[in-house]
Amino acid sequence: MILEHIGLSQINGSLVVLDDVPGVSYDEVVELRLDNGTTRTGRVVMVEENRCVVQVFEGSTGLSLVNTRTVFTGHPMMMDLSPELPGRILDGLGRPIDGQGDIYPVARRDVNGAPINPVSRVYPRNYIHTGISSIDCLTTLIRGQKLPIFSGSGMRHNELAVQIVQQASVSDGSDFAIVFAAMGVKNDVAEYFRDSFVSTGAMDRVVMLLNLANDPIIERIITPRAALTVAEYLAFDLGKNVLVILTDMTSYCEALREFSSSKGEIPARKGFPGYLYSDLASLYERAGIIKGSTGSVTQIPILTMPGDDITHPIPDLTGYITEGQIVLDRGMDATGIYPPVAVLPSLSRLMKDGIGAGYTRDDHVTLANQLFACYAKVQDAKALASVIGEEELSESDKLLMQFGREFEHRFIGQGNTNRSMEETLDLGWELLAGLPRAALDRCDDQPLDTYYEPARKRRLRRQAMLDAQPAPGAAR
Amino acid sequence: MQTYQLHSINGPVVTVKGRTGLSMMEMVHVGKERLVGEVIRLDADAATIQVYEETGGLRPGEPVEPTGAPLSVTLGPGILRNIYDGIQRPLPAIEAASGSFIGRGAQAPALDTEHKWDVTVTVKPGDTLEPGQVYATCPETPAITHRCMLSPLYSRCTVTWAAENGAYTVEEPIAKVKDESGKEITLTLCQKWPIRTPRPAAARMTSPKPLITGQRVIDTMFPLAKGGAAAIPGGFGTGKTMTQHQLAKWCDADIIIYVGCGERGNEMTQALQEFSELTDPRTGNSLMDRTVLIANTSNMPVAAREASIYTGITLAEYYRDMGYHAAMMADSTSRWAEALREISGRLEEMPADEGYPAYLPSRLAEFYERAGYFKTLGGEEGSVSVIGAVSPQGNDFSEPVTQNTKRFTRCFWALDKSLAYARHYPAINWNDSYSEYLGDLSEWYYDNVGTDFMQCRSRLADLLLQETNLMQIVKLIGSDVLPDDQKLTIEIARVIRVGFLQQNAFHATDTFVPLEKQLKMMEVILYLYDKCSALVAKQVPVSTLMATGLFDTLVKMKYDIPNDDFSRFDALRAEIDTKLAAAGAGAGNKEGGSAQ
Repeated sequence: MILEHIGLSQINGSLVVLDDVPGVSYDEVVELRLDNGTTRTGRVVMVEENRCVVQVFEGSTGLSLVNTRTVFTGHPMMMDLSPELPGRILDGLGRPIDGQGDIYPVARRDVNGAPINPVSRVYPRNYIHTGISSIDCLTTLIRGQKLPIFSGSGMRHNELAVQIVQQASVSDGSDFAIVFAAMGVKNDVAEYFRDSFVSTGAMDRVVMLLNLANDPIIERIITPRAALTVAEYLAFDLGKNVLVILTDMTSYCEALREFSSSKGEIPARKGFPGYLYSDLASLYERAGIIKGSTGSVTQIPILTMPGDDITHPIPDLTGYITEGQIVLDRGMDATGIYPPVAVLPSLSRLMKDGIGAGYTRDDHVTLANQLFACYAKVQDAKALASVIGEEELSESDKLLMQFGREFEHRFIGQGNTNRSMEETLDLGWELLAGLPRAALDRCDDQPLDTYYEPARKRRLRRQAMLDAQPAPGAAR
Repeated sequence: MQTYQLHSINGPVVTVKGRTGLSMMEMVHVGKERLVGEVIRLDADAATIQVYEETGGLRPGEPVEPTGAPLSVTLGPGILRNIYDGIQRPLPAIEAASGSFIGRGAQAPALDTEHKWDVTVTVKPGDTLEPGQVYATCPETPAITHRCMLSPLYSRCTVTWAAENGAYTVEEPIAKVKDESGKEITLTLCQKWPIRTPRPAAARMTSPKPLITGQRVIDTMFPLAKGGAAAIPGGFGTGKTMTQHQLAKWCDADIIIYVGCGERGNEMTQALQEFSELTDPRTGNSLMDRTVLIANTSNMPVAAREASIYTGITLAEYYRDMGYHAAMMADSTSRWAEALREISGRLEEMPADEGYPAYLPSRLAEFYERAGYFKTLGGEEGSVSVIGAVSPQGNDFSEPVTQNTKRFTRCFWALDKSLAYARHYPAINWNDSYSEYLGDLSEWYYDNVGTDFMQCRSRLADLLLQETNLMQIVKLIGSDVLPDDQKLTIEIARVIRVGFLQQNAFHATDTFVPLEKQLKMMEVILYLYDKCSALVAKQVPVSTLMATGLFDTLVKMKYDIPNDDFSRFDALRAEIDTKLAAAGAGAGNKEGGSAQ
């Protein structure tokens, strides 16, 4: 028999209070049936003897103290799962909204998941190819990693996300799927994502969850959890390599803050709740590989840094949990470099074990280190040039400046192209070939002989040919 | 025992109504699933309990069962090589019971109760046994002999019965003793100890020796004493975890307790794998033979994260009492402080700085003061060194956790974002870091490494300081305008930075460097500097000296010279002599030529 409780005791924002409801369990899901026939979903966020506080996902607009009947389901928020999910579009709570009918559930899972036992994890080692040089070479994405993109409002992170979805592949050709969760994105942005996926044929392997900017914030708190529940099912039950893209985490965190302050909790930094770190961790830590399964969950959360401030609590706490970060740079974006990846603050913690001989190519580690080191020196040269002028720089600094320009425009600013690993690495050596051998202090002799010298010869020859051609004006 | 009824649930904090017989910090079992919890506040009409597991699904009215004892760890053979969660539940056993995901209410004994240890009993009937005295030993791992000691909870006892030497499990009786009041106690291989109470020792001593880590910037520039406490603050991506892993692998402590407190799951897996594969250079055994991992990753329950630090240090103190030198790495104490903040917020306590509770400094002090070099109750010398990583919010070292940690540690290894961006690892900034142990340890270095060690070190530090000042000028006007002696300072400082301070953790030779080699490297660098200074004083241009390639040779000597063959240093000196003589002569000739 289903017990319905008539009426509510108190409504405060999206929180409603019920009295005289014995036997309610913490975190269970609640259905609120309105007199007009509609149903809303909620979750118990606090219980005290016969009194409980329920958070209503769809918001409390239209609720009154007398017009609802409440049913306690006795279980936490569950999600229907099926192998048919790829290709479908769901709402923020994981219900289909693409008009293709209901999902026939093969399994139902608690959206909150459970922590993976560290002993059961497999240390991630294999990379995911994105076709983007700055990521593949310098901040390689590893299967089972969580690697966020730190962007800012107005930068082209959405384009980058679409490009990654289209181009992402694993080298051994195993089953690959993408879960795309949009939290608080604008309607036209959601439309852009949907159209891009459909038009490029990527949609067949994508599960989309959409929580739009005008959808209730409480639903937004569930969206990434639902997405990760889908991902875990596809990865660990069906053995697929799953890439999860979560955008925009800033909207998620702001929803959390709004919810927390409506509960009257004591805020920590910038009004965010003290448990923001634990809460973000409960999402990000759901990436990984577990023993006895061929699948993996890899995450690329995208967040817009408020005021481009990397020390803001959201990027700051994210960076402490994730295994590296890809930072986009507004200056580069403004000069038309796409993707505008700021190489120096970007980092992939897991790449050191997933690249090199057997994974990508033997020279990858050396090349990446050397490119980082040289590009770091370019910054010093730039700083000096801005004071004394580029003409006054020493010969070696001028070469560095030249290298820096080529690196930014050719290597990073590749535009909407899909580069193979080979192409990316060869291009790296081609750029380094513009510098004298002595300047490459992070390389042993072996990679220098194998890769640097041939590239250097090619470059010098081309330079000589250019020099030999008469200048256009002088020919006459 | 009387049970109570659950009244309210709010995240990890639950309450019981009424005037209960519960005591502060008592461990309780909450709900039908018997989740582990701890009493953290007692009011006139309610008791507040923090629960170490997810509380979803709990209902008011479920039973709360007291245990009559504070939250404790089980101490005995079988701790080493294990990997525990924050409240000493062995994760491999939990995996066997509930699969890859950690279910709730999972229970497993902390020590393997099946394994039979090869026990040597060291007492006989009639012996008196003081607290801290050993009554049995057994080889726990090939490297470590486990010594079972009479728990300091008891007073002096007389042995009434002792078992024969042989194979016993941790639960079988080894000896029976009677204390002075005549109460009989049965001793097994294991004992319990409350994690929030420091284990007593006979006396605290000044530490006479350094914790040798094989990391040049630490051993030479900012050494840590055995029994000391150090802090590693750094923003994300600056290499805190990397540095902690390096220390756990190579430092010369007997026992390593590695606490992953609110950090990444993949990192713990990596530590587990790497430590199992690597061999300890001193004993030739697997590194895991001296290591315990405590993994409370960031998505595991927050209250257990708060406890994990205490669990770790209690294990360290237990091995200290056996006469071992234990080192505990806590990564990261900021997550622990945040757990305090989270619980404090749920209790609606008045927040102080940045929402942290006002008792944050005293909790930090309590924790770091458990480090030290001690004379143990058993009469041995043992130590607990603590190395705590700090993750300052927004890379801002003025935030409360960093500032308060600084007050209670004497060694501060500040990680620098700009060094990390330039991939200079370990990214320990030589201007912001310090070690107050330098003075205490200089005698040890004098006696055991080399009489000139401290002298070389301070000359290195001085050159680095000069460089920092010079670089401010260079940033404005470029390096070309500097006089030659200052150019030389900049060049030699580059050799110190790149060739000495920077250390490659992935290079077989460079990952661990013995102190003797560190000294030789310093000596050679200073030798080159002195020789070059003399030539510069004779108007030989720095560019000529650079052209000899000696500076680059010295930068690469960390890779080229093996850790066990120092004869190459003599060859290097000879090379410096000949090349510089040639350079000096060449320059002299040119000068002579132009003068004619």
